Order: sequence, then structure tokens, then C-alpha cells
Amino acid sequence: MDKNISFTLKVWRQRGPKEKGHFQTIPVKDMPGDTSFLEMLDIVNEELINKGEEPIVFDHDCREGICGMCSLYINGHPHGPATGATTCQIYIRRFNDGDVVTVEPWRSAGFPVIRDLMVDRGAYDKIMQAGGYVSVNTGGIPDANAIPIPKPIADEAMDAAACIGCGACAAACKNGSAMLFVSAKVSQLALLPQGKVEAARRAKAMLAKMDELGFGNCTNTRACEAECPKCISISNIARLNREFIAAKLAD
Amino acid sequence: MWLSNSSIGRKVVMSVTGLALILFLTFHMAMNLVAIFSGDAYNMICEFLGANWYALVATAGLAALVVIHIVYAFWLTMQNRAARGSERYAVSAKPKGVEWASQNMLVLGIIVVLGLALHLFNFWAKMQLPEVLHMLGMHVDTTNVANGVYHIANTFSCPVYSILYLVWLVALWFHLTHGFWSALHTLGWNNKIWFERWRMIGNIYSTIVVLGFAVVVLYYWLCGGAC
Repeated sequence: MDKNISFTLKVWRQRGPKEKGHFQTIPVKDMPGDTSFLEMLDIVNEELINKGEEPIVFDHDCREGICGMCSLYINGHPHGPATGATTCQIYIRRFNDGDVVTVEPWRSAGFPVIRDLMVDRGAYDKIMQAGGYVSVNTGGIPDANAIPIPKPIADEAMDAAACIGCGACAAACKNGSAMLFVSAKVSQLALLPQGKVEAARRAKAMLAKMDELGFGNCTNTRACEAECPKCISISNIARLNREFIAAKLAD
Repeated sequence: MWLSNSSIGRKVVMSVTGLALILFLTFHMAMNLVAIFSGDAYNMICEFLGANWYALVATAGLAALVVIHIVYAFWLTMQNRAARGSERYAVSAKPKGVEWASQNMLVLGIIVVLGLALHLFNFWAKMQLPEVLHMLGMHVDTTNVANGVYHIANTFSCPVYSILYLVWLVALWFHLTHGFWSALHTLGWNNKIWFERWRMIGNIYSTIVVLGFAVVVLYYWLCGGAC
């Protein structure tokens, strides 16, 4: 059994997109160490409801690190202090007695706050809609090895496809750039024969959408890669740059 | 035009102008080193790069590169600040693997520009500028316009200037260590293997360039150019 931990929760409260936000300080007493971060928020919310107060609004869904819904900027890190883990995979045992745990929403012009810790990440969906797909019907699942793909390429594509679109890259970026997300989504298709055909059009369309939605310009600081819960590599950004420049030079 | 209306295009402009400036620094450093070995040879270079048409064209090109690099730097920074939204994080921590230089390129760049202004005042305003003014028919003293060693010795005999130049070079080193690999990354010439290689090559290259400049400053400061 993990020991119980008492700490101070400093959480961002904002009633609506246009309202002015502020921090609320909530003391948390004797939270078991094996409580997940989101369960801790559930418990805090239950207490708030029992006291007749408004619960803290936050995004969550699968709670096993694959859906990309949970966000939260905890103590200066998107998805909290762990590497290669989402917020739902963080446990209270990571914190110490007496800590002040500051929880903020993603802060980026591309992700406006809806309420409290919940932001609108529809921008990433719009980028996907701009070209993050293969536009021909490829039929049923082909036989294995019907299209030979070298193992290293398949691995690269799979690693890029591990991106869950949670938005931590843009949240971590001092430039508010979504390049890690866009590059992963471009790479997962551009590396494979089915996606290569439309690679140039896809790179141009997705990047144009990213720029249009107000995300910043990448300056290669690598904060995204360090904070990404799926450890997506910035080599994908180099690939996107390559695809985009080649496409523009070909025009 | 994709070089101005797309984020990668704007970064390509930063990248290409930056790489061209690194190339310029390399030549400049190599020529400076001559001043340690032979003052006469250095003055010959000064003569050669005086107010000749080719030197003036190259100077104009260089000035254009510098101006484009700076204008884009401020433009990108303004866009990037806007992209962060109106609220800032209350707590922010530097993630592992993030270089300090990479998050402070604008500040480092501003220090480099201030150093450049001092440098133009110390040397260009006493060498190429009077020569050009003379050609335009103005009455200026042109006795020392091609005497580079005289100006080097003059400037670096003053410890304040020497220290300012060394601070300038340190800022330049930080700026280059990030700029070098970042420029190649922006051009797409990178992957998981080349990432470490480019970083290492960039670090070594910037160190050599900056040391080459620093050696001349130290030599003329500490030895007065007559060891």
C-alpha cells in the first residue's frame, strides 16, 4: 500500500471562454498514493458538490493513455511530471506531502478555454480534415506482405501513428506551434505506399490549415518532443519540412 | 509567396539567411587570423576588400541578409507570442533536452546586433565608409582606411572594447550552437541519426569560428600585437 499524501491543489477556474479566470486553492487531505490524478480530481469534485460548490471541469475519457482526451498542465509540464505518460497515467505517489500542485489548462491561442481546465481542441480535428487521410477507398484489409514495406519504414510510420492528438506539443511549445502533431500525422501516411501518392498535397493542406488556425512557427526548441506522452520524435518535423519544401519547389 | 505566407517558408528564410551568415563568419574569421601571422598580409586583404565594386556589392548583399534575418526574427517572434494566447502559464518548467539557447534566440540575436553596431563603429566606419565617401568626392581622411592592423591594435588595446567583444562572441556562440542544426532541420535535412551528428558538427564548428575571432582579440589585447 502506498502511503497517503496531503497537498495543496492550486487549480485554474474559469466560468467560460470570455470570463476572467483565477486560481482556486483547495487543500487535499490524505489522498492514497495509488489514486490516479484524474481519480483525485473526481474525489475533490465530489467534495465540492457535497459542499454545494461547482465541480472542476476537465477533459477525460479512456483513462488508459490512448484516447488523447485528458490534458492538464501540471506543475509546469503538460501531462504532469512523468515522461511518456498521459495525465490519466499519473499517480498521486509522484507528489510529496506538503507540495503545491498547480493545474492549468493548455494555454495556446489555438486551444481556447471552454471552462476551467477544458479547452477546445477542435483545431486538431480541422487540421486532420484538411488532409490527414487517404482519399481513395482502399477496400478491405490487404493480405499481409501483399505490399512489401521494409521493417524500419513500417516502424517509423507506426511510431508516428502513436500520436494521440492530445495537444501537449502545442501546449509545451513557447511558440504555440502544432508542428509535432502535424508532422506525425503527415509522416504516418507519407512513409507508406498508400499515403505517399497524396503526400505533397497533404503536407501543403495540413500546414496551411495549421497556420490559418493561429498556431505558431516552429523554432526547433524540442520542448514538444520532451513533453509528448507518446515520445513522438522531432525527426518527423524534419520530414514535414522536407515534404513541404519539395512540394513548394515542384509547384 | 510561400516564403512569407507559410510557417515553414518563413523558417526557410531564417534558415538560408542564417546559413549564409555562418559562411560569411567563417571567411571573416579566416581573414582575421591572418592579422596574427602577418600585419602586412592582413592589410593587403583590407586593401583588396576596400571600396572596390565587388567588395561593395558583397557588402550590400551581406547587409541585405542581415536585415532579412532580423526582420523575419521579429516577425516570427510576434506571431509566436500571439500564438501563445493571452494567458501565460503560472508555473513553467524547462523540459529535459531543451537547450537554453533555443528558447532565447531573439535575446541572443539582439546582443549580436548590438555587438555588430559597435563593430561597425569601430572598424567599418573607419575603413570602408571613409573610402566610399572619398570616392563620392567628400573630404575625408583616408590615410588609414586600408591599415586594418592599426585599427585592430587601436581597438583592442582598450580593455573595455576587448571585453565587450568577448561578451559579444559568447552570445554569438550560443546563437550559432542552436542556429546551425536548427537551420538544417528546417530545410528538412535531418533524421534520428543525423540529428546528433548535426548537433555535434554545429557545436564544433561554432566553437572553432568563435575561438578564431576571440584569439585575435586576446592577442591584440594581451600582447599588444607584438609578442
